[in-house]
Amino acid sequence: MNTTAASQGAGGVAGAPSSGSVIERFASRLCPVTGLKVNSDSEALVRWNAVAGVVFLLVGVVAALLLALTRWQAVHLLEPVWYYRILTLHGLNMLIFFIIFFEMAILYFAGPIVLGSRQPAPRLAWTGFALMLVGALLVDVIVLWGRADVLFTSYVPLKAHPLYYLGIILFAVGALIATLLFFAALVVAKREKSYTGSLPLVSFGALTAAIISVITLLHGAATFIPAFLWSLGWIQLDPEVYRLLFWALGHASQQINVAAMVSVWYLMGGLTIGAVVLNEKVSRWAFVLYVLFISMASAHHLLVDPGFGPAWKVWNTSYAMYLAVLASMIHGFTVPAGMETGMRLRGYVKGRFEWLKKAPWSDPGFSGTFLSLVIFGFMGGITGVTQGTEQINIIAHNTLRIPGHFHVTVVGGTALSFMALTYYLIPLIFRRKVAFWGAAKWQPYLFAIGIVILSMSMTFAGSFGVPRRSADITFPKAPFTLEFPPVVDLLLAGIGIGGIITSIAVLLFIAIAVKSVFFGEKLDLANLTPGMSGVPQGVLRLPPQSHSGENADVVHRAGAPGTIILVFVFLAVFILYYFANWKVLSMIWKIG
Amino acid sequence: MEFHSGVVAPQGVWWRPAGKQEKLWVAIAFAWCMVLFAMMPFWHIRGGQNPSGIRTRVTPEAYLARVFTFVEDYKVGEENGIPLVAPPPGSDIYLLGQMWRWYPALELEEGASYTLHLSSLDVNHGFSLYPANINFQVVPGYDYGLSIKPNRPGEYRIVCNEFCGVSHHNMLGRIVVRPAKQVAQAISQEAR
Repeated sequence: MNTTAASQGAGGVAGAPSSGSVIERFASRLCPVTGLKVNSDSEALVRWNAVAGVVFLLVGVVAALLLALTRWQAVHLLEPVWYYRILTLHGLNMLIFFIIFFEMAILYFAGPIVLGSRQPAPRLAWTGFALMLVGALLVDVIVLWGRADVLFTSYVPLKAHPLYYLGIILFAVGALIATLLFFAALVVAKREKSYTGSLPLVSFGALTAAIISVITLLHGAATFIPAFLWSLGWIQLDPEVYRLLFWALGHASQQINVAAMVSVWYLMGGLTIGAVVLNEKVSRWAFVLYVLFISMASAHHLLVDPGFGPAWKVWNTSYAMYLAVLASMIHGFTVPAGMETGMRLRGYVKGRFEWLKKAPWSDPGFSGTFLSLVIFGFMGGITGVTQGTEQINIIAHNTLRIPGHFHVTVVGGTALSFMALTYYLIPLIFRRKVAFWGAAKWQPYLFAIGIVILSMSMTFAGSFGVPRRSADITFPKAPFTLEFPPVVDLLLAGIGIGGIITSIAVLLFIAIAVKSVFFGEKLDLANLTPGMSGVPQGVLRLPPQSHSGENADVVHRAGAPGTIILVFVFLAVFILYYFANWKVLSMIWKIG
Repeated sequence: MEFHSGVVAPQGVWWRPAGKQEKLWVAIAFAWCMVLFAMMPFWHIRGGQNPSGIRTRVTPEAYLARVFTFVEDYKVGEENGIPLVAPPPGSDIYLLGQMWRWYPALELEEGASYTLHLSSLDVNHGFSLYPANINFQVVPGYDYGLSIKPNRPGEYRIVCNEFCGVSHHNMLGRIVVRPAKQVAQAISQEAR
């Protein structure tokens, strides 16, 4: 096919310290669609990390279905012991294994492939992959064996089997190797001149995700190495210090997801509809703000804890005066505005919203990306900032409002954007047609509907004080009785139904991904025909990635009048929700 | 004007000033962020609900001793093996979380102020007052002393909302708040 052994360009690596005895030629192919030089090592790493991600996604979604059918009080499927065990499994497989395997795939893509370089130290990369795999399998075995019923957070002094902590440490070391190799790829690409100019924005965003990943993994080491030693009985641990360190890992890792997701928004915007970068400076500054303030988010989990004072809480929960929130609000404008401008450059200039109406809504790569943007912004971002306010947290902490929030950030936002990306990775990296193409077209919508029902049900149930992480809210063996109002039953049914819909959409996604990758029809990217089934429109005909000249000047002057409306609607919703929460707070008991 | 997508490496000097709309949005977003920030100190000064409290370290043994003294001093009854305690307004309340119960049950007065101490004997627990939806983390080794003022009479439940082991969902405590009027009547009858 198009696989050739391309020469390494005129970088003159001979004698360069980093290259050593590295062979000067590396196996690669030129992608006929994107024009990217794809080296075979990185390509294989992208493939297998993505495949591993999907396998753990399968474990996570089976768990999700069981949990949804248990919290739906009328069904109440699992016994308490198994509910907590499966909840532990769900958290780890979704929030750690699936997401991080997929992010490693993104790093191998956004580094060596986008920059057209070779893969540095491929053997080390595979070692990292193997460590992650062994660690994840070890953790899953220990959890299912019933030796780690400690939930995702494993708050000390709840104790798991030492191998549980060891598994997480192995996984983290593997992820650290992959992350460091991404930095190495940037150095190699720059030194060997595989690209000219500055890093593309997508790679820059991935770079910030990688930096945050290193910070997170260091916190992970500070959390789990002591916890491992503690589980062996060698040292003492303070429960509050553990909570501080755990959330420096746990919340910072969500910031990896945010940075990776925003990078995917920019990437998919470009590939699907030719979205442009409005201003490199503004978008890059917004990414830098993420790096500067992320570790402070640990405080979101400690706002009603006895270990910290008000000044510490206020400063940290706001990421030093909400500058990381500012970053997200900036991307919340520049991503859709870049899409609007890209569409206007391609001639969709009528009115304020022709660009949106004429967007390729039947391309799951686009619909998934746009739905991810809307769900993350309107629901995830607004609920997160509001519940992360020091005082408002009093009426949210550990209720179902919390999972209600993060299922629209990490699931409706990050996971959905990764699914959208997969619809392009299948043809571009795996060089296969997308299987079950008809179903793939509506998969993002089904997923979005399910997760929105799930999250809204959780959020409203939480505002009645329904606890998260509870196997049974009828309190069957308690010394007192408590009956929640009937509307809560309806909301819990909403969690069940939303969970079922989302799970079906995820299983559909897995079926599509597995069928395409392992049994799919091979695709010759050099010979694509218009209207071909199983190939997203952006792959069939890549929208122009650069524009200049008179048309560009005209579009530049017009700006993004549609997006302006959207962001002000967003701001209005934000303000309303935020102050409504203060109002509710003011009505409870006086506390100080 | 030149435009390119996020996968294109920008060439030359791309460090250009932002456009008008971007500048406007960044300015508005920044202003909103400052409002978000200012609300928290503002509520500490003017608002009635803050998670500040008196925060000290305490050993489980020392805390347990305080709880027992507290129960002995103000016990008025017992229900399902859990003592019901009615502390006078202004007093310190010592509530204990342990696998899997809240100890003791409390009888409070509407509109009276108390200092509610929370701690745990074993693992983390979550104090969640139903139906007021007031939530605090209960951490072993720490005493969280919060001043409280019940504003509505009635039956309340303390739900544990931090996972604390296999019977976590059965950890339910009780607080009853008696109406201020009823309390005043009881006192005046006593005086007569």
